[in-house]
Amino acid sequence: MKISINRTFAIVIRQFYLIRGSFARVFPLFAWAGIDMVLWGFLTRYLNDIVSPEFDFVPALLGAVLLWDFFIRIMQGVTMAFFEDVWSNNFINMFATPLLTSEYVLGLVLSSICTSMIGLAVMLVIVTVFFKLSIFVYGLMAIPFILVLFLFGISIGIFGSALVLHFGPASEWFIWPIPALISPFAGVLYPIATLPEWMQFIARLLPPSYVFEGLRAIVLGKQFSGAALVWGAALAVVYIFLAYSFFVSIYKNSLRTGLLVRYSAESLN
Amino acid sequence: MAEILSVKELAKSYGKTVAVDGISFAVRPNEIVGLLGPNGAGKTTTISMLLGILEPDAGNIYMEGLNLRTDRSRAISRTSFTAVYTPLPGNLTVRENLSVFASLYGVKDIQNRVDEVIEQFDLEAFRNKKCGLLSSGEQTRAGLAKAMLNKPHLLLLDEPTASLDPSTADLIRAKIREFAKSGTSGILWTSHNMYEVTDVCDRVLFLSHGKILLKGDPKTLPREHGKKTLEELFIKVAREPLKLEAL
Repeated sequence: MKISINRTFAIVIRQFYLIRGSFARVFPLFAWAGIDMVLWGFLTRYLNDIVSPEFDFVPALLGAVLLWDFFIRIMQGVTMAFFEDVWSNNFINMFATPLLTSEYVLGLVLSSICTSMIGLAVMLVIVTVFFKLSIFVYGLMAIPFILVLFLFGISIGIFGSALVLHFGPASEWFIWPIPALISPFAGVLYPIATLPEWMQFIARLLPPSYVFEGLRAIVLGKQFSGAALVWGAALAVVYIFLAYSFFVSIYKNSLRTGLLVRYSAESLN
Repeated sequence: MAEILSVKELAKSYGKTVAVDGISFAVRPNEIVGLLGPNGAGKTTTISMLLGILEPDAGNIYMEGLNLRTDRSRAISRTSFTAVYTPLPGNLTVRENLSVFASLYGVKDIQNRVDEVIEQFDLEAFRNKKCGLLSSGEQTRAGLAKAMLNKPHLLLLDEPTASLDPSTADLIRAKIREFAKSGTSGILWTSHNMYEVTDVCDRVLFLSHGKILLKGDPKTLPREHGKKTLEELFIKVAREPLKLEAL
């Protein structure tokens, strides 16, 4: 069945209406990301002063934190749009329409793009104006860096939403720590070589690790493998496919078991 | 006349509990069919399967000839529903909710249609009010307005007047009757209000333990089974289903 643009955009518009009507929803779009930039901005300034005046920590650390925050915004953009249906007990209304699963998920992703762009814009303004970090320091590589993190964020967002669909509303807390669980392996703030062998193995399976290795290579003026980044992007695409397949299988299972109909229950498993 | 809805041997179990046990029925154009039965009889399970949000274990559902199993999106676009247990999201206004659902149902000229149903269900004063702030009666009207957005060929109503005062319920019944008679739509209506069912429905199906035990005209069915009113017959079905099954 062909994807309907109208039905897909209905999900995006719903999210727009929700955000427009509530300051409590506007604030988190930029507040935490902004606070992170300020905190890490001052930390990098301090490190520049005391550790090594020759080395600029701003593009290495603050830039990495900015990109990592962007990944979190993307992931949370998907899950927050999904949670709106969980919190308002809206699955029956939503899925009793001609809406397809693919349209619903695509709607969540488009909503996430819109909301995370606000966060990214605020972060860029803060780091550029107050901490003199120009995204252009990474050259054109900034684009694939953002793209890979975007794709991986989408996959984790879809995967997390599927978990909550399966385990019920009370499992929401599974989702929030996911970025924190990934971060030690992703090498956001340190090279992957710092990690023990088994952690390096996991890191190689995570697309963000290729982004942050690349970022550090550029900042340090070292050789950087574009092929590694392509591999990271390919992994992220595979994860999106796997996450979407997982979501569809959970959704189909919920149709068979009646989980979707009884979703308002606090815990179903 | 072609059937709007045709249900064949529909069955659903939850583990060892049989919720719906091989039922078959149809809804024709301009017809209001009442689906009655005590709590746990299988009414909501049946409606959920008709909405495509619960997969049957066996049987088929056809909406104007389209098999719900193989042609879900097209079949569902011809139907709509409202139920007391699924209010519209409370954090959106009436107009916002209706606009979103109009898009989901593929309604053309959304703003005009939203304005029409707002007027039809007397919701002008609440147009920009969040649904969560409406009284239960107003929420029911908003739910009905949503159900009418796509001018459904099949309208599924699960206890649509349960939270309404008698006067409002009467007005709503009149609107739904008018809807059924004006076009070519059919309505499947569940209710525990036997007065309402007698007043509104052309035909009723009595469901108990997932099976259709009785069917017929709500005005004559009680007499056929030695009861004065539909309510008395309902109580008999609820308390002594096996005796009726043996008939």
